[in-house]
Amino acid sequence: MGKYIVKRILLAILTVLIICAITFFLMHAVPGGPFNREKALSEATINALNARYGLDKPVGVQFLLYMKGILHGDFGVSLKNGREIAAIIGESFPISARLGIMAMIVALLLGTVFGSTAALMRNKLPDRVIVFFSTLFTAVPSFVLATLLLLVFCIRLGWVPVWSPKNQSYVLPVIALSAYPMAYITRLSKTSMLDALSQDYIRTAKAKGVSRFKMIFKHALRNSLIPVITYAGPQIAYIITGSMVIETIFTVGGLGSKFVSAINNRDYTLIMATTIFLAVLMVVANVICDLLYKLVDPRIKYE
Amino acid sequence: MSTVSKDPPKKHLLSAQIDLSKFSAAQFEAATEEEKRQQDVMSESTTFFKDGMRKLFKNPLAVGSLIVLACIILTIVIAPMIVPYRYEEILSVDGKRDKGAKNLAPFTYSQMEQKYIDNGGERFPHIFGTDEQCRDYFIRVVYGTRISLSVGFFASIIVLIIGMLYGSISGYLGGRVDLIMMRIVDIIYSLPDMLIIILLKVVLDERLQFPSGSFLNKLGTSMVSLFIVFGLLYWVGMARLVRGQILSIKENEYILAARSIGASPARIIRKHILPNCLSVIIISTALQIPSAIFTESFLSFVGIGVKAPMPSLGSLANAARAGLQSYPYKLIFPAIMICLIVLSLNLLGDGLRDAFDPKLRR
Repeated sequence: MGKYIVKRILLAILTVLIICAITFFLMHAVPGGPFNREKALSEATINALNARYGLDKPVGVQFLLYMKGILHGDFGVSLKNGREIAAIIGESFPISARLGIMAMIVALLLGTVFGSTAALMRNKLPDRVIVFFSTLFTAVPSFVLATLLLLVFCIRLGWVPVWSPKNQSYVLPVIALSAYPMAYITRLSKTSMLDALSQDYIRTAKAKGVSRFKMIFKHALRNSLIPVITYAGPQIAYIITGSMVIETIFTVGGLGSKFVSAINNRDYTLIMATTIFLAVLMVVANVICDLLYKLVDPRIKYE
Repeated sequence: MSTVSKDPPKKHLLSAQIDLSKFSAAQFEAATEEEKRQQDVMSESTTFFKDGMRKLFKNPLAVGSLIVLACIILTIVIAPMIVPYRYEEILSVDGKRDKGAKNLAPFTYSQMEQKYIDNGGERFPHIFGTDEQCRDYFIRVVYGTRISLSVGFFASIIVLIIGMLYGSISGYLGGRVDLIMMRIVDIIYSLPDMLIIILLKVVLDERLQFPSGSFLNKLGTSMVSLFIVFGLLYWVGMARLVRGQILSIKENEYILAARSIGASPARIIRKHILPNCLSVIIISTALQIPSAIFTESFLSFVGIGVKAPMPSLGSLANAARAGLQSYPYKLIFPAIMICLIVLSLNLLGDGLRDAFDPKLRR
C-alpha cells in the first residue's frame, strides 16, 4: 500500500509539472507581447518594462522564475486590469468551490438514491421513469439546461432573482451543474446495485433470514457504492469545467466565469494561472479518489 | 492402397446397424421433394455482422434513433438546396437591404417582404424566423447542425485512426516498447483534458495560418485547430482499448499459426487481430461522436469554437442568450437539435454495444 501511495503521488507531481510546462510554453507561443498596445510604446519603455518583469531573460529561465513565483503563491498580474491574480483567485474561488461542492453532494446523494431505487424496482414504473430521465439528462448540454432554467424560473416565473450571493440563488446553478453527473451516477449505481444484488453474500444473507431493509442497506448498498467512488474523480473535473458555463450564464462571480472572460479578453496571464490552479485541483482530487478507492475495496490489488 | 477384403467386416453382437444385404432395391422408395425438405433443418448461415444487425434492428430504441438521425441528415443535406437563403446572407428584397427583417418570429414576414408579396412576388417563408442580423434562422440552424455533426464525425475518425495505430503497435510489440508507450498514454490520460483543450484552442487560433486558397484555409483555422486538439488528446482512450483487446487476442492459436507460416506482424495485425476487435472499436467510435459534439458546443459556448459567421449549434445557442427574454425560440431550436443528436447517438451506441459486444452475449 505504501509503495502504491508513493508511486501515485509521484505520478501526480509529474503530471502537475507537465501541465505547468505545457501551459507556460503554449502561452508563450501566442504572438504579441503583453505591452503591445494600440498606441505603440517607445522602444526604451518596452525594454524597461521587459526588464522590470524579467521578460528579457531566456524562456527557460522565465519558466523557472514563474514556477518559483507560483510556489510562493505569486501568480503574477492580470494583463487587462493589472490586479494580482492570486487575489482574483482568492476572492472568486470560494464561490466556485461552494457551488461545486453543493452540486457534487446533490449529484452523489440523489444519483445513488435514484440508481438504487431503479435497481430494486427493476422493470417497474419507477425504474422506467428514472431510466428515461437519466438517459435524457445525459444528452442535454449543461448550458442548455442552465439557460432554460434561467428562462423559466428567473425570467418567466420570477421565483428566484438572477444572482445575489444569497443561499437561494445557489438553487438553480446547483441544479444545472449537478444534472449531468447525477444522471451518470444514477446509471452507474443502478448497474452496480444490480451486480451487488446478484452476489452470493446476498443469497447467504437472505438464507439467514436477514430483513430486507438490513439486506439492502448493510450488504447491497455499501458494496454498490464502490464504483461510484471511482467516478467521483472524473466528476470533479466535469464540475470544474461545467462551472465555467454555469457561472457565466447565472453571472455568478466565481472562478469559472472569470476564466471564461479571461479567454474572451485574451488575458493570457490570467488564463495561464487559472489553468494551472484548476489542473492541480483536478489532479489532487483524482489522487484522493484513487487512494480512497483502494482503501475502501480490499479486493483491488495494488499495482 | 491397402488390400480390400471381400468378406464384410464382422458385425458386433450389439450393433444396431442395419444389414443392407438383407434388403433389395425394390423395397426402397425414393423420398419425395417434400420429404426431402422436411429433413432440411439447417438454419440460414449467419455471419457475426448479420447476427449483430438482426439484434440491432430488434431494439426499438436503436431503430428509433437511427430513424431520427436519418431524418436529421436528410434535412441538412436537402434543406440548403430548397431554401434560397445562405447562412451568412443578410436578407434583402429586390436587391435592397431589408432592415425590418430583424428578429422575426417563425413564419412571419417583414413589412418590406409583405409589400413585395402583396405586389405578387414570392418569398420563401422563414421557418424559424430571423436572427438579430437579419439572417434566416432556419438555414443557420441547418448549417450549425451540419458543422456540429461533421465535427463530431471527423473528430471521431481522427481519434480512431491515431488510437488504433498507437494501440495496436503497443499491444502487438509488447515488452519494453509497450511499457514506454503506455506510460506516455498514462500521462496524457491524467491531464485534465478540457483545460488543455481550451488552452490549445486559444493558442492555435492565434498561431495557425494557411496559404489562402488551400483546402485548410477554406475550412478555417478554428475548425482545423478543433480537429488538431481532438486528435492530440482524445486518442488515448481508444489506444488503451485497442491495446487491451489486442493483448487478449494475441494469445489465440490462430495468431501462432499465422506467425509460424511466416506472416509479417503488419499482416497479422491487419488480417487477424483488427477484424477481431472491430466491434469494440466501432462501438466506442459511435460513443465518441456525441462526446465530441458536446465538447465542440462547449467550446463554441465559451467563445473559442468555430468562428463567426460560421454557425455551430453551440454558438447559436450562445448567441441566443442575448435576446433570451424576447426571443426564447432562438435558444430552443439549436438546443433541441443538440439534444436530439446526442440522445440518438447515445442510444444507437448502446444498441450497438448490446448487439455486437460478445462479452454481453448470453
